[in-house]
Amino acid sequence: MNYHWNWAIFLSDVPSGGETYFGWMMDGLEATVALSLSAWIMALVVGLLMGVLRTVPNRWLSGIAAIYVEVFRNVPLLVQLFIWYFVLPELLPLSIGNAYKALNPMLQQFMAAMICLALFTGARVCEQVRSGINSLPRGQKAAGLALGFTLPQTYRYVLLPMAIRIILPPLTSEFLNIFKNSAVASTIGLMELAAQSRQLSDYTAQTYESFIAVTLAYVMINAIVIILMHRIEARAHVPGAFGGEK
Amino acid sequence: MYEFDWSSIPGALPFLWSGMMLTLKITVVAVSVGIIWGTLLALMRMSGIKPLSLFAASYVNLFRSIPLVLVLLWFFLLVPSLLSNFFNIPRSSDTRLVSAMVAFALFEAAFYAEIIRSGIRSIPKSQVAASLALGMTYAQAMRLVILPQAFRNMVPLLLTQGIILFQDTSLVYVSALADFFGTAYKVGDRDGRLVELLLFSGAVYFIICFSASLLVKHFQKKRVS
Repeated sequence: MNYHWNWAIFLSDVPSGGETYFGWMMDGLEATVALSLSAWIMALVVGLLMGVLRTVPNRWLSGIAAIYVEVFRNVPLLVQLFIWYFVLPELLPLSIGNAYKALNPMLQQFMAAMICLALFTGARVCEQVRSGINSLPRGQKAAGLALGFTLPQTYRYVLLPMAIRIILPPLTSEFLNIFKNSAVASTIGLMELAAQSRQLSDYTAQTYESFIAVTLAYVMINAIVIILMHRIEARAHVPGAFGGEK
Repeated sequence: MYEFDWSSIPGALPFLWSGMMLTLKITVVAVSVGIIWGTLLALMRMSGIKPLSLFAASYVNLFRSIPLVLVLLWFFLLVPSLLSNFFNIPRSSDTRLVSAMVAFALFEAAFYAEIIRSGIRSIPKSQVAASLALGMTYAQAMRLVILPQAFRNMVPLLLTQGIILFQDTSLVYVSALADFFGTAYKVGDRDGRLVELLLFSGAVYFIICFSASLLVKHFQKKRVS
């Protein structure tokens, strides 16, 4: 192989000027982080709500949550994204659909990707929340109710605080997944990190440098998330609960 | 309101069918190679031989920390040049399918390795000791005693991972391979019926994956009882 390595390429200006190739990569990183974090917050809200509904003693409510989970788990993420991006605007009432299509294309892509990732991940979070709640001793719920708490209060003060602590480790891996899954947004043209790897290699012809740099950026995101979540886990730890310190 | 027109689907069924065959082909190759390579990785990681376990650990962690889309792009870039360097296959030939299969197999192996490692860990260590005491070598103990039991425990997880892989194969879209989803997209684009074709493909994936996951659950229940 006679490949000519040139890492300095990242410091040279892009053809349109005003920015370096490194700047492009940072733009991509920013888009990835913004997309993943906003989708993650929505996923937590949706997942928590649906996870609670799945365990509530009401057939209709738990049925709705179960359908939500099955639909979003059994359709590929890419298909879901295309449905949000290409199909939904057509099915909305004409005025709303047209208003959406009149938006800045970047914003359209971002919104579609954010909603898609949020609901996709929300279904997974929902299952974690459900298993967290179900893993608590049955007596806890009964004790809460016997003390005169209403059902919502029992969830709020007794079940959820423990269940959420239990599911922190699996939530970490969902948090990591959302960053990785956000790369799918490159297929609808959103210029996030993975899409930048392609654009960088197209413009600079330094394919390996571009791909290696982007790969390292993802590895770095991973490391930061893992460290962050370890901190949160250590902070949220209830002394004496489930086996204590490692 | 939008008016649905499903008329372009019946005529496209043969294309969609051959697309589905390609999807299944990639899935089957990736699952089988992934399980074999994943087992080797798990064994390396648990072997206690430093260089081997270090290699396996970094392999698994690297693949688990980067997006599948990026892995696919890497392999579409790397495989053609490797093929031309080692096997003298011209760069111009269509290697997208091979690249996709290699990418999925190597990527999934990292996930299978973790499943298999936890499966092996679920078998009591004393069984290794017992096998060694009976005069087996370590390799024999693994092959004849530990792995058969571990695999039996892991079947549901391995199958579930297979379903996820089946869904993930739709990402070969990034290389414009005509898998099931790629074909549905192309037909929809051609006929101006993207809405119908996308919904149709979503429904097909749902039916297949949902039934498969019900089967896995049924299988799991039967084993427990």
